[in-house]
Amino acid sequence: MNGPHDLGGMDGLGAINPEPENKEPIFHAAWEKRAMGLTLATGMLGEWNIDTSRFARERLHPVEYLTNNYYKTWLVGLETLLLEANILSEKEITSGKMEIPAQEKIQKKKVLPDQVESILQKGGPADLNTGAPKLFNIGDKVTVKLFTSSGHTRAPQYIRGHSGVIKDYYGSHVLPDESAKGNRTGSHLYNVAFNGSDIWGSKNTATIHLDLWQDYLKPTV
Amino acid sequence: MSDTHSHNHDHTEPPSDPVLRVKALESLLIEKGLVDAETIDAIIETYETKVGPRNGAKVVARAWTDPEFKKWLLQDATAAIASMGYMGRQGEHMKVIENTDDSHNLVVCTLCSCYPWTVLGLPPVWYKSAPYRARAVSDPKGVLAEFGTSLPEETNISVWDSTSEVRYLVLPQKPAGTTGWNAEQLEPLVSRNSMIGVELAKTPESLEE
Repeated sequence: MNGPHDLGGMDGLGAINPEPENKEPIFHAAWEKRAMGLTLATGMLGEWNIDTSRFARERLHPVEYLTNNYYKTWLVGLETLLLEANILSEKEITSGKMEIPAQEKIQKKKVLPDQVESILQKGGPADLNTGAPKLFNIGDKVTVKLFTSSGHTRAPQYIRGHSGVIKDYYGSHVLPDESAKGNRTGSHLYNVAFNGSDIWGSKNTATIHLDLWQDYLKPTV
Repeated sequence: MSDTHSHNHDHTEPPSDPVLRVKALESLLIEKGLVDAETIDAIIETYETKVGPRNGAKVVARAWTDPEFKKWLLQDATAAIASMGYMGRQGEHMKVIENTDDSHNLVVCTLCSCYPWTVLGLPPVWYKSAPYRARAVSDPKGVLAEFGTSLPEETNISVWDSTSEVRYLVLPQKPAGTTGWNAEQLEPLVSRNSMIGVELAKTPESLEE
């Protein structure tokens, strides 16, 4: 979706104002720690994936998305995920009181403290085979398809319609657009380099690299 | 757990709302038998004490002193980094990009906050902020200037927008004046920001300040 999260190229957002690295705490408030830990612990139940969780955050109202602290966005996104997975009801979230117990099959997946280290070390690799033929090779010129989607996608607006060159091939990875809907399908993943000047004008002399799935690309004619 | 937010800085101050909201949500999920408070503690502890940018600094310092390792790191970063014990969540697919005399690399995630957790830990606030995500691609030189980083006019800048599950780590250039230094001596020069590409590695002089 062309949501508030798709920020590449937006102006008027002010200075970055970074905190100096040696003075910056990992968390800025105790609640941020709980929001992070709770998001990860709940994610480990396996009721959603990384793309569904990103899509939950992207659907925040733009005003809220752009003014939120990032962990607040995680927190609101988590509430959305829990509602949509039917783990919590609106009433339970509003009242903070349990109405219906959780399903036993989900309870069984609760992560215990001594499992945390191995789960985090294992991670969740995104490579997934596809039967589709690989259409592009390193050096090929490709153009990002023009499309709009009300769902989740990882092709930013600023790159759609632009042409670049395939620089690397990463194998076949889970396609986020389908994954956010709960369908696990693989698609060939490439790193594509674009001239900054083609996108932003001659003042931008940088090369912009994006990872793009084959589904987003067509040969440049 | 009480809110210990008492310092002053100019980022968005959390209203009391998220404090209560996260507390209510955690209680509810514990009552439902879906999460364990100590599991959350263990996750927090991991990213506060075990997984952070010192991991990445060790990788970089080794690459600066061990040509075979550097070659491996640039060819297969995931395996080379895993050989040092850094693997897992948000580092499943790693790629290392090398700064040279005429090229500089900068990493961003314009769509969310993708970041190589296994080697850098959790991202800083500015990395997740809207202005950085917006302008790293459209005005990378301006962004570098905001970090006090200026590069020669002829340097080729590459910006890596982390749109997939591949995570990027910048291999900064080894600073001048460090000939003969071993990996342990070099490690303090490898700032987190130099591995994102918004700054260069520290100079030996800056360590004495």
